[in-house]
Amino acid sequence: MKRFLTPQGVIGFTLIVIIVAIGIFAPLIIPPDMATKMKMTMRLKPPSMGYPFGTDQLGRDIFFRVLLGAHTSLGIAGAAVAISVLIGLPLGIISGYARGALDNVLMRFVDTLLSFPALLLALTISAMLGPSIPNTIIAIGIAFTPFLARIIRGEALRVSAMPYVEAARAAGTNDAAMIWRHILPNVMPLVIVQATISLAFAILAEAGLSFLGLGTQPPNSSWGLMIQASRDYLDVAPWTALAPGAAVALTVLALNMFGDVLRDVLDPRAQ
Amino acid sequence: MTGATAMHPAEGHPIIKVSGLRVEFQTDDGMVAGVKDVSFEIQPGETLCVVGESGSGKSVTSLSILRLIEFGGGRIAGGSLEFARGSGEVIDLAKAEPDVMQSIRGNEIGMIFQEPMTSLNPVFTIERQLTDGLKRHRGLTGEDARGRALELLKEVRIPEPERRLTQYPHELSGGMRQRIVIAMAMACRPRLLIADEPTTALDVTIQAEILGLIDRLKRENGMAVLFITHDMAVVAQMADRVVVMYRGDVVEEGPVRDIFEQPREAYTKALLAAVPKLGEMRDKPAPEPMRILGDETLRSAAPPPTIGTRREPLLTVKNLTTRFPVKGGLMRRTVANVHAVEDVSFQLAKGETLSLVGESGCGKSTCGRSILRLVEADSGEIQLDGWNVRGLSRLDLRHARRDMQMVFQDPFASLNPYRRLLDQVAEPLVNFGLASGSELHDRVAHLFDRVELPRSFLRRFPHELSGGQRQRVAIARALAPNPKLIVADESVSALDVSVQAQVLNLLMELQADLGLSFLFISHDMAVVERVSHNVAVMYLGRIVEIGPRAAVFENPRHAYTRSLLDAVPIADPARRRPHDDRSFRPLSSPIFPVGAPVEPSSYDEVAPGHFVLRPLAAA
Repeated sequence: MKRFLTPQGVIGFTLIVIIVAIGIFAPLIIPPDMATKMKMTMRLKPPSMGYPFGTDQLGRDIFFRVLLGAHTSLGIAGAAVAISVLIGLPLGIISGYARGALDNVLMRFVDTLLSFPALLLALTISAMLGPSIPNTIIAIGIAFTPFLARIIRGEALRVSAMPYVEAARAAGTNDAAMIWRHILPNVMPLVIVQATISLAFAILAEAGLSFLGLGTQPPNSSWGLMIQASRDYLDVAPWTALAPGAAVALTVLALNMFGDVLRDVLDPRAQ
Repeated sequence: MTGATAMHPAEGHPIIKVSGLRVEFQTDDGMVAGVKDVSFEIQPGETLCVVGESGSGKSVTSLSILRLIEFGGGRIAGGSLEFARGSGEVIDLAKAEPDVMQSIRGNEIGMIFQEPMTSLNPVFTIERQLTDGLKRHRGLTGEDARGRALELLKEVRIPEPERRLTQYPHELSGGMRQRIVIAMAMACRPRLLIADEPTTALDVTIQAEILGLIDRLKRENGMAVLFITHDMAVVAQMADRVVVMYRGDVVEEGPVRDIFEQPREAYTKALLAAVPKLGEMRDKPAPEPMRILGDETLRSAAPPPTIGTRREPLLTVKNLTTRFPVKGGLMRRTVANVHAVEDVSFQLAKGETLSLVGESGCGKSTCGRSILRLVEADSGEIQLDGWNVRGLSRLDLRHARRDMQMVFQDPFASLNPYRRLLDQVAEPLVNFGLASGSELHDRVAHLFDRVELPRSFLRRFPHELSGGQRQRVAIARALAPNPKLIVADESVSALDVSVQAQVLNLLMELQADLGLSFLFISHDMAVVERVSHNVAVMYLGRIVEIGPRAAVFENPRHAYTRSLLDAVPIADPARRRPHDDRSFRPLSSPIFPVGAPVEPSSYDEVAPGHFVLRPLAAA
């Protein structure tokens, strides 16, 4: 608990709570037309009392669009990272623990996927499945899996060589118990840190897919969609990119701070 | 050869005079003093040994003199470090400017670190590393620097010095690397040489050579030497004067003879008592517990049983061979084999201890792990109390492991940092279905009593314990399934001497009470002499000599056993053994090409039960 009450931990945790609360409650509180209502006379207006973050190219209120976009962006990124951890963690641990032929087969497959840029992979999968939010989640989730599996395998390999694993083997521990009791807890700190970093990238990946018309569909808002839409007006109305960009940056920062502290808190040595 | 300045220090001033040194570290819990109040001085041509257990502040002291402590987060909070420079000027290093320190480090003060593997930069040649300091401090260039580097290599007596200059650190053995590190420290003829545990990572025969080398260089150059070690035997061999440190304070200081013969302080006495001395087991029929002073709470351990008349064998190993393939080439084919264990046979009786001794890489650990099948042997036979260990299926092997357990070397790495001690000690009981629920808890609590750990530790994590306490946890875990055999692989070598003595006594006491057999794997001859009934000496994968402890130690018949015993430093300054640091063993390697003919081991019985390996034709 003491570790958690560092400035970094408190700020990170508070930010995460606020951002997640916005993601969950904003769609319930804010009437949807606040964000979709177009007003052609109010196009590309700078921030003012009535429009704290200004308006976009269709005269929509950026403030409400950012609040509502949190739901889509965080939801998609969170679910996608959850998928990649659910697939990548067992893959990486089995590969690193078993070694030998199985490891070779699994990792050659992972390497093949790794040789494509993650976004290209997500794009291909998304194009095959068709544009929808569940498909976007699946596409990003699968695209992020190889990287995670690779990193977890390395850690599992290192942990498997530790004397306490050999000691447990000498004590008659079977493979399933070995992974559950010894490998998994020692790999988790890395998974947590990696997952928080992946979340940030997933938010950006969703933005990329949305831009290409394969992610979130208008008139729904997501941070990525807003950043991409602002691209044509950057010189005349930079605030259109500023607010969603700041939202992404703040979320990534909060996640990193929180991830670091979470790892320390989970480490019994730090208590 | 020796610079004139090195011979004439400032009038009557010691080379270094440390007064009231205090060093603090900033931690999460505020300021912590690593060194509280340390004072000493060293005259030219004198070796001062600073001795103490881990955490005593001995390394902090040496790093403070070089002001390297600031790079480790420490701060000199008080005291002075008066250093007599070659120019005759005396300066206080504690207040010196960074650029002055730069001109002193590696120039007037040389430093040798513990780990020769990591204190050399792997991407530079030996020449580059040796000439760096010469170019910086002495302004030498090109051929001159190279010539001086060559001279230095000759001085530390490295064979084929010309060739070494172009080599990289990984091409050299550990002992040779440490010679390079010494040559680097000597490059600019320092007035003060600081050696921080310079031989701790080295084998005993190489340690003897390196100690001899440092001693000779000191005599030839009139340097002052600050020698830091935890090993009382090394102190006895090297020191002129000794400073004993404990928890950041100087406990006692004096000439080496006085410290060893009439120690004044209780801590020094306890430290000396805990050191096993080679040869003190002469004429004793059975292993004896270590003496422990100053700890009245510890019951005196019951001596382990003498060798009985009816000796029932528990473990029989016949012709055990374990090899590791060396892969190479594009196709990762096996190009050679490391013959880690080669045709090893021995017998271990119930309730007795057989020690496997030898230097690093001799195959003693692999032998122990092959018996537990933590590595798979290539051939041979292992009989453990009715089990044919090598023929067991995976399932049967798990059952057989109830009878044989292992205690590992590093108590910090052999416990899972993320599990409570209760769960870790309970693990074998759970695995074998020996207990569950409250019975499980009770049995683990009893095991904690057995190894003299408080029950309040049950719910703790490993990091909350000291090294010795962790090793007790590891022993409790090994005891849990009531094994008949415990393989103790360097189980006490990572511990401080006083803790080592306690853990050894615990092991001997458990043996007496439970009738355990130990396969005790160690490089420490003095400890082995103390605990063993029988001893096997290993060299390059083979047992070169095996027999009753008294026979092997008092009448060693194999040349290797003799050289090993000769190299062990003795914790008695009256029995110094000057070592010729020129004696190089030929570098033999246990790596053989695939399909190389291997001779079987054959032995001569020189006395009842005392066998010596016949010379191999190929060797």
